[in-house]
Amino acid sequence: MRIRKLAFVLTAGVLGLAPAKAQEQVEVLHWWTAGGEAAALSVLKDNLAKQGVTWKDMPVAGGSGVQAMTALRARVTAGTPPTAAQLLGFNLRDWGSQGFAANLDDVAKANDWEKLVPEPLKAFSKDAGHWVAVPVNIHSTNWLWINKAALDKAGLQPPKTLDEFIAMLDAFKAQGITALAHGGSPWQDTTLWEAVVLSIGGMDFYKKAVLQLDPAALKSDKMRKAFDTMTKLRGYFDKGFSGRDWNLSTAMVIKGEAGAQEMGDWAKGEFIGAKKVPDQDFVCIRFPGTQGNVLFNADQFMMFKLGAKDIPAQHKMAAAVLDTSFQIAFNKVKGSAPARLGVSDAEFDACGKKGIKDVAEAMAAGTMVGSLAHGYAQPDSIKNAFFDVVTQHLNGQLTTDQALTRLPAAIAAAK
Amino acid sequence: MSSSVGSMRPRNITSRIVIYGLLAIFAAMFLLPLFVMVVTSLKSLDELRNGTMLALPQEVTFEAWHKAWSEARIGVGSVNGDGIRGFFWNSFRMVVPAVIISTMLGALNGYVLTKWRFAGHKLIFGLMLFACFIPFQIVLIPMARLLGIMGLANSTAGLVLVHVVYGLGFTTLFFRNFYEAFPDELVKAAQIDGAGFFQIFWRILLPSSGPIIVVTVIYQFTNIWNDFLFGVSFSSGDQAPITVALNNLVNSSTGVKEYNVHMAAAMIAALPTLLVYVVAGRYFVRGLMAGAVKG
Amino acid sequence: MSAVPLTDPAGGSSSSRAERLRHALPKLVLAPSFALVLVFVYGFILWTIYLSFTPSRMLPVYQLIGFDAYQRLWSQPNWYVALQNLAIFGSLYLLLCTAIGLTLAILLDQRIRFEGVLRPIFLYPMALSFIVTGTAWQWFLNPTLGLGRTMQALGWPTWAPVRWLGWENAQFDWLVNTETAIYTVVIAGVWQASGFVMAMFLAGLRGIDGEIIKAAEIDGASSFTIYRRIIIPLLRPVFLSVFIVLAHMAIKSYDLVKALTGGGPGNATELPSTFMYSFTYERSQMAVGAASAVIMLMTITAIIVPYLYSELRERRG
Repeated sequence: MRIRKLAFVLTAGVLGLAPAKAQEQVEVLHWWTAGGEAAALSVLKDNLAKQGVTWKDMPVAGGSGVQAMTALRARVTAGTPPTAAQLLGFNLRDWGSQGFAANLDDVAKANDWEKLVPEPLKAFSKDAGHWVAVPVNIHSTNWLWINKAALDKAGLQPPKTLDEFIAMLDAFKAQGITALAHGGSPWQDTTLWEAVVLSIGGMDFYKKAVLQLDPAALKSDKMRKAFDTMTKLRGYFDKGFSGRDWNLSTAMVIKGEAGAQEMGDWAKGEFIGAKKVPDQDFVCIRFPGTQGNVLFNADQFMMFKLGAKDIPAQHKMAAAVLDTSFQIAFNKVKGSAPARLGVSDAEFDACGKKGIKDVAEAMAAGTMVGSLAHGYAQPDSIKNAFFDVVTQHLNGQLTTDQALTRLPAAIAAAK
Repeated sequence: MSSSVGSMRPRNITSRIVIYGLLAIFAAMFLLPLFVMVVTSLKSLDELRNGTMLALPQEVTFEAWHKAWSEARIGVGSVNGDGIRGFFWNSFRMVVPAVIISTMLGALNGYVLTKWRFAGHKLIFGLMLFACFIPFQIVLIPMARLLGIMGLANSTAGLVLVHVVYGLGFTTLFFRNFYEAFPDELVKAAQIDGAGFFQIFWRILLPSSGPIIVVTVIYQFTNIWNDFLFGVSFSSGDQAPITVALNNLVNSSTGVKEYNVHMAAAMIAALPTLLVYVVAGRYFVRGLMAGAVKG
Repeated sequence: MSAVPLTDPAGGSSSSRAERLRHALPKLVLAPSFALVLVFVYGFILWTIYLSFTPSRMLPVYQLIGFDAYQRLWSQPNWYVALQNLAIFGSLYLLLCTAIGLTLAILLDQRIRFEGVLRPIFLYPMALSFIVTGTAWQWFLNPTLGLGRTMQALGWPTWAPVRWLGWENAQFDWLVNTETAIYTVVIAGVWQASGFVMAMFLAGLRGIDGEIIKAAEIDGASSFTIYRRIIIPLLRPVFLSVFIVLAHMAIKSYDLVKALTGGGPGNATELPSTFMYSFTYERSQMAVGAASAVIMLMTITAIIVPYLYSELRERRG
């Protein structure tokens, strides 16, 4: 290639390029840059180091992985994909169907993934029947985190229904604290919204409206009630909610400045990091009215097609991700349930145990479905159509009537 | 230099007070964000939690600076060790060649476009100038493809190329406007004396190009150092420039936001460009006078 | 200004190789730069235009389907919000930057004692990207963390004039209010760019011939009149340069919005540049993103090309 040679000569003279190293190496693109997550991920790094595989880190933080996705596009377009990239839901399918994915069937067979990986995840880990990705965890989004002291002060039990939930928020408001800690960004707004929809409509309604995009369901009275409830809940936020990171809202609950927060189970990592104990300092429950249902969100490492010399390292990494010790070490910190069936919950705390149990029950009952806010219910374009309407409605740019007409239109335009 | 209007007026105390007062108010407003950043970076987390944003630190500590520079965790730990120091040098490795190459090319282009005109030179200049205005977001994908074909993907060399390409419009503009005012007679005389193309450039134009070189270098250095979009798309891991590392640090979802560390890291990331502006600022206005702005 | 094209004295008459090379040398020197621009700017623009007529989603596909992406674009409520915001942001940004920049330049031009200290103070924001200052700004404008809390702590609500005006409950909550969030973006943008505008005007002021002003003073004109009638009209070319620089910065503003509001609350601070990025990379609607880029390029062209044309014509001498 003449161009390549020319470019090389041109730039090598200026910069002095380092010669490539001949060593087994994996390059991993992810957005786990936070202390606890990064520490958990280094367990994987160390496991691989023992097998002679070096870890080349490619962290891209921010915006729940948006920038990471741009960086990934650039890498793949350039023809130099990373070994693995952290991906969610429909992004896995999109990348899988473009022909860039590695085939992990051999690793899967050797490690019995067919039996070990839960069905709902498998649907995203495979493309056209072949394994292309390996799941790391099972998060779920319909959780409520309550400050125990505030709850005790109100003299209440953890709420089981939406009405009890509102009563609790009123009690918190009377205490002079922020009743509901919320961070205003499209994905956080929609995380709250999907829990509210599930609580009001139940699982069948969620499936109809969010998964099947049934126009009647999207315009139904239940949907109207969901939007109205969002407006009501907004009255319990503090002034500074807009644009706030989720973990800062969690910190408000930890410090007792706020009473409760609806957030996925990764919030537990914040409580643990602040040395708080479940049931003693804080209470973790399913979002009121959603017990028995799990809206899941699983981080997976998508593996990309590489040259022959890089494949052994890639396979070692794939196997290491589903290794029991890593699954326990990582998910304990992350707040999620293991992505491997049959892992003992002995080392997990009360919330972790509850999460694992809920997932197992929901899987058996067929009530474990993908989270919209985290890309497991709809592809990016439709997901963002939901985001637009939900976030504009919550911020008062749309009335409930407008939201109900806008939502089907936005979804149709995104299809 | 021509004298200003103010210098010729009889001094009037009231108007002086108004002028200085206005300047002081503006200066305070402009400095406020920097003040907040510096003050925050010198406080401990405890003090941050309890105090207000504008209060001076009760106890000045460089803990946050130290942590940002050499301890803060960015990703799963890289060959650069911890902290942002490794990324700081990455940025230099990218900025220095990019600034030198784009300035050199800009000077040569300006020279050709003013002193060696040929048919269509205006069109060519117009086309190069318009290049300044392309929104960078649209070039990411085709750029990635081309870098891949050239074997420059994920390399500092690739980033240098990108910055040279998108800096050319501005550097050419600066030098072209500057050389436009340079007397043609000197060039002609040299030509009659038998000086060649490069000799004329090297001996006659370049020695008097100081002011415009300063403007161009400041402009390019600032833009390239501050770039985030290209850095995050075309570099990876431990080769990333400091803006990408800073973003990783600030947007990491760790328990308590360590604002003091974030602000210290931001200050570290800002120091080179700040220094360039403060040290070379006076030449900047002079350089603008000399050609970049036509008055 | 007359710029006589310099031709090689022997050009054309000699056919020796060296002569030909010498003749072609200037073009050869310019060629690499021009080739780079041709490929990396115009090639990519053509590519984007092509893409806007395809059904591209996550990655480019090259099948032409017509104006579908444009129809989708113009049926997006967000796109109208982005355009409207650009109009608000752009006009205020241009106006305020120019006004503040000119004011500062005139003030600094009054034989100021500390000019060397003040100039970098006004210029330094230009040296910082919003990736660097974004956190500080966000913090600053946050009603519960920043200015709001500071004002409470400073006893704002107890100040007599504040109470008299009935502002004791006033909170600085522009950033979180959908109606006002775009104005906070303007404030930060003006903070960043007006120093640069000042530098351009200052350069212009210093380039004005002192004799003209002296003559006016002898005629007894006041300072104000001199500025209004003589100096500011003389700065016309600088105004034009300022306008071009600011207009293109306004249209390209991206880091600013991302760092300050992320486009929110709701989508109240969406701009065409953030819209384009979001549709291309975040929403896997690359064709719609490309279509919005084409509209942006057309807008930029509409502003820049007449300017370039007049600029380059003037110089024909």
